[in-house]
Amino acid sequence: MANLLSIVTFTPLIAALILALFLRGEDEAAQRNAKWLALGATSFTFLVSLFVLFGFDPQDTGFQFVEERKWLLGLNYKMGVDGISITFVLLTTFLMPLVIASAWDVTHKVKEYMVAFLVLETLMIGVFCALDLILFYLFFEAGLIPMFLIIGIWGGKDRIYASFKFFLYTLLGSVLMLIAMIAMYVDAGTTDIPTLLAHDFSYAPLNVLGLNIVGGAQTLMWLAFFASFAVKMPMWPVHTWLPDAHVQAPTAGSVVLAAILLKMGGYGFLRFSLPMFPVGSEVMGPLVLWLSAIAIVYASLVALMQEDMKKLIAYSSVAHMGFVTMGIFAANQQGVDGAIFQMISHGFISGALFLIVGVIYDRMHTREIDAYGGLVNRMPAYALVFMLFTMANVGLPGTSGFVGEFLTLIGVFQVNTWVALVACTGVILSAGYALWLYRRVVFGDLIKESLRSITDMTSREKAIFAPLVFFTILLGVYPSLLTDIIGPSVAELVADYQIATADLILDHAVADADH
Amino acid sequence: METILLLAPLVGSIICGFGWKFIGEQAAMVTATGLLILSALLSWIVFLSHDGVTETIPLLTWIESGSLFTEWAIRMDRLTATMLIVITTVSALVHVYSFGYMDHDPQWKEGEVYKPRFFAYLSFFTFAMLMLVTADNLLQLFFGWEGVGVASYLLIGFYWRKPSAGAAAMKAFIANRVGDFGFLLGIFAIFYVTDTIQLQTIFEMAPEIAETELSFLWTTWNAAELIAFLLFIGAMGKSAQLGLHVWLPDAMEGPTPVSALIHAATMVTAGVFLVCRMSPIMEFAPSAMGFVVVIGAASAFVAATIGLVQNDIKRVIAYSTMSQLGYMFVAAGLGAYSVAMFHLLTHAFFKAQLFLGAGSVIHAMHHEQDMRNYGGLKDKIPYTFWAMMIGTLAITGVGIPLLYIGFPVGFAGFISKDAIIEVAYVGNTGAFWILVVAAAMTSFYSWRLMFLTFYGKPRGDKHTHEHAHESPMNMVAPLGVLAVGSVLAGMVFYGPYFGSQEKVDKFFGISEAEYAVNDLVPLGAAHAAGEGAEEAHPRHQEPGQGAIFVGPENHVIHEAHLVPKWVKVSPFLAMLLGLGTAYMFYIRKPELPGIWARNAGAAYQFIFNKWYFDEIYDYVFVRSAKWLGRFLWKRGDGTVIDGSINGLAMGIVPFFTKALSKAQSGYIFTYAFAMVIGIVILITWTTIGAGN
Repeated sequence: MANLLSIVTFTPLIAALILALFLRGEDEAAQRNAKWLALGATSFTFLVSLFVLFGFDPQDTGFQFVEERKWLLGLNYKMGVDGISITFVLLTTFLMPLVIASAWDVTHKVKEYMVAFLVLETLMIGVFCALDLILFYLFFEAGLIPMFLIIGIWGGKDRIYASFKFFLYTLLGSVLMLIAMIAMYVDAGTTDIPTLLAHDFSYAPLNVLGLNIVGGAQTLMWLAFFASFAVKMPMWPVHTWLPDAHVQAPTAGSVVLAAILLKMGGYGFLRFSLPMFPVGSEVMGPLVLWLSAIAIVYASLVALMQEDMKKLIAYSSVAHMGFVTMGIFAANQQGVDGAIFQMISHGFISGALFLIVGVIYDRMHTREIDAYGGLVNRMPAYALVFMLFTMANVGLPGTSGFVGEFLTLIGVFQVNTWVALVACTGVILSAGYALWLYRRVVFGDLIKESLRSITDMTSREKAIFAPLVFFTILLGVYPSLLTDIIGPSVAELVADYQIATADLILDHAVADADH
Repeated sequence: METILLLAPLVGSIICGFGWKFIGEQAAMVTATGLLILSALLSWIVFLSHDGVTETIPLLTWIESGSLFTEWAIRMDRLTATMLIVITTVSALVHVYSFGYMDHDPQWKEGEVYKPRFFAYLSFFTFAMLMLVTADNLLQLFFGWEGVGVASYLLIGFYWRKPSAGAAAMKAFIANRVGDFGFLLGIFAIFYVTDTIQLQTIFEMAPEIAETELSFLWTTWNAAELIAFLLFIGAMGKSAQLGLHVWLPDAMEGPTPVSALIHAATMVTAGVFLVCRMSPIMEFAPSAMGFVVVIGAASAFVAATIGLVQNDIKRVIAYSTMSQLGYMFVAAGLGAYSVAMFHLLTHAFFKAQLFLGAGSVIHAMHHEQDMRNYGGLKDKIPYTFWAMMIGTLAITGVGIPLLYIGFPVGFAGFISKDAIIEVAYVGNTGAFWILVVAAAMTSFYSWRLMFLTFYGKPRGDKHTHEHAHESPMNMVAPLGVLAVGSVLAGMVFYGPYFGSQEKVDKFFGISEAEYAVNDLVPLGAAHAAGEGAEEAHPRHQEPGQGAIFVGPENHVIHEAHLVPKWVKVSPFLAMLLGLGTAYMFYIRKPELPGIWARNAGAAYQFIFNKWYFDEIYDYVFVRSAKWLGRFLWKRGDGTVIDGSINGLAMGIVPFFTKALSKAQSGYIFTYAFAMVIGIVILITWTTIGAGN
């Protein structure tokens, strides 16, 4: 099957088209059909993506399952995966059926809701598979739209403000990226990503308006991409759209946002910034490391004081993404392995945490922490699942949350001990906010009258959590499942990076000698 | 066999925690307990048949990333074997004891199932603790380290209805995390220097590490010193040493069997174990070791002072634990690792006994924990009384001074604590005097506990006293087993842990240590001679050989046998002093404590309020973190970041908001498609345009 990736990518879109064009009516039967079709399509996508996994050879660090054909207006349609991107594809296909299942009780515009998620899935998978600059940009930017709609139509009461903040923030960042892409095309004469990866972009120092720019064009392009990816991650200080977006988004939207959409930024750094502009990365790396360390401490402290559960988890996401950027720009094997691991693991954990909030939000229609207390009295199964993911969020060894944190920290320690020290305080702070949240919501006697008749999780809810629990623990105990896939590709990425930057150091030496 | 004894508690925990619905409560608890007893039996077999040679049993690959490679594996050496018997024995006894103690717990409502959960947590704790001590790399050790932290968190917060339990659980976890912060940095530093986190490789590289300079933060450090220091921060958190001790007294919120198992016998000793485990690094880090001694001695002293005036029976024992852990750190810090392990072993028996005894008292007194409401219980609960008496004799160090019949004669604590004090005399005179004073205080608060509880007239609620009853067999029997340990452990294990250096070496698997031939002075002779003048044995041990590493300059064990007689007697005298004072205060003249407390006003308040650590920490850390969090949120995110971005976008957002609020949400799809098409056209046009 030569076009397996296209099947994976576009199955959800086809299902969305079928829904949009052929499903009529607003009655319950139609709603049910929409949900079942969406669930079927996402599950099928997941199954097909498993074939990609089984056919994938981790030892081959090139792109696999490559498809290439002409597209409209002389553009190239090129898809493929390597050890890094395949993990994100699988994360997406794995989570989407759970997301659909979690939205089972939605009653408002069900068909459109399902269409939005299906389109979103296609676009997200596309981002991770695209091997052409234009194609990547298309998927990357278009992904904003369904998310924008999900927040804007199915969100909470301040959804308009939140969705625009989300939209503007991310869109403004990508304008710069577009300019950089054009510059890349001018320089390299192609939009083919594998070719661009092999292309050496100039890093001769530039003088712009009297400012001497170390790393030259590479630094400039790096900065342009950074503007876009940093917002997507989100990194401090351009993170403030995330808490608002999460608070207003419906549960399923929050799950996708936290679990998958945030990873596009990290993926972008790995696909573009680090390998294409190594000198730019080397020049700007220390800045990113510090921004990451600040993000970890800052976001953790802010999370501590949140009164809204979703905001708390959103800030915790910002802190966890700090580990990711820190690991990537540590630019060694442990750092990058850890960053990817952290992203995948955060996909499970933050997704689960937003679902956990969703469970009680569905019952009580509030996310105020103060409105809860003593839930363990009536919801023991819920308390157990919440405990597990709280501990995973805190980075307990034996859960997947630990591996990423540990690897990124050990990676960055080799580069900058100050950053490692500051980031490592996240270990203490995360315990603070996560356990305090748990204590206020779950522990204590059940005093509040409104909670007297709250019910424990239904079997549908339990079924959604089961696979997340399973993978959180499995990856914590046997992380090789993941590191075996990403390892060789990361090793090559890191080796190339080191060669490229070693040249830089050599050049400097030569330049110094000339003086 | 090692694998079975390691995994049995995990299996028990899972069956008990999740399976009780299917097999019934009682069966679940019996299964968990049975598996633990099995584990304990296997541990004793392993301990007794262990020949000291280090073995490694790999189980499964764990984290692999570049040069970082870790496995789930079992490292079996003497340190591990010692910890195995301590952990599984106490744990098995605590399981049995809990059948009685947790029955009809008044904290729970009718029909609430809590016992299987309790047993599952206990078994899970045991598993995590076993993982910690069997680790063959630092990461697995850290897994166990955090695993016991979680189990401790769950068990302290076991009575989740009580707000104080929730708070105490959280405090314990976070205080431990502060220690873990240091521990993690230590692991990073080791990996940075050696490119491995396998214990064996690290040990073998220890001399190299000691010669490496590591630039960390603002300056460069000796790698061994830095690593030793960072790891010890972790040990301080777990072992509740001064500064990071604030969680331990609050941890008494957990059910009493938990206090006995986790907060006395096993988990809190993990820090001591870590220092001994890392002995090859520690031996090359004299400054860090000095720090260990200072912290250990200070903890022993401070905790003892606080213990003098507490009224809650469990808190007295908790401070006593912190104090005894301080003793162990002094020994470890002075290079007498085997002596630290010796005291760890004996302490596990008598401290678990004191806690379980206290639990039996509390059980008898309907969960009253204030000693001011006890009194005269000697005849009401005779078995408990005798068990507590033996525990007290052991901890205060009762024995026959200066008698030596191949080993000293006395209760467990007498022998192991005296060993530490002798070591301290050799290594650090200041620490020696502090420990002797602390020994007097230990004796005072232990006897005070006994006198207040069992002697005098009944105080407090009459009804409770009338209904005080002896505990059931399943609670008394474990006390009996522990009593055997409290009496005999010191005498039986004296030789291998604190005999001659040769005996200790052999026991710890350092069989190939080279000695100068004529220097093997029989220990008995040295002992009889008292102050001997002979040269310390020149011995040579390769780092990584055996379970502990004793450097060529380290003769502390040998010299500790040669201390003057008055040094050997001093802890005994201190014990008598404490006993006498306690007798005066609580039997002869019960009005004295009140008078003293009033006269000593400020000083009394100071120690009664635990040196104000909680208040200071709350002010300095908790409040400032909360203030900072709120400030960054409202001012940082709100005013600065959003403020400037909103300012920029002010022209755009209202325009869109207006447009959108007019539009019906149904039209949004139209907008969306327009956007998609717009983007496609935009990109196509730009690229083609740029291409031309």
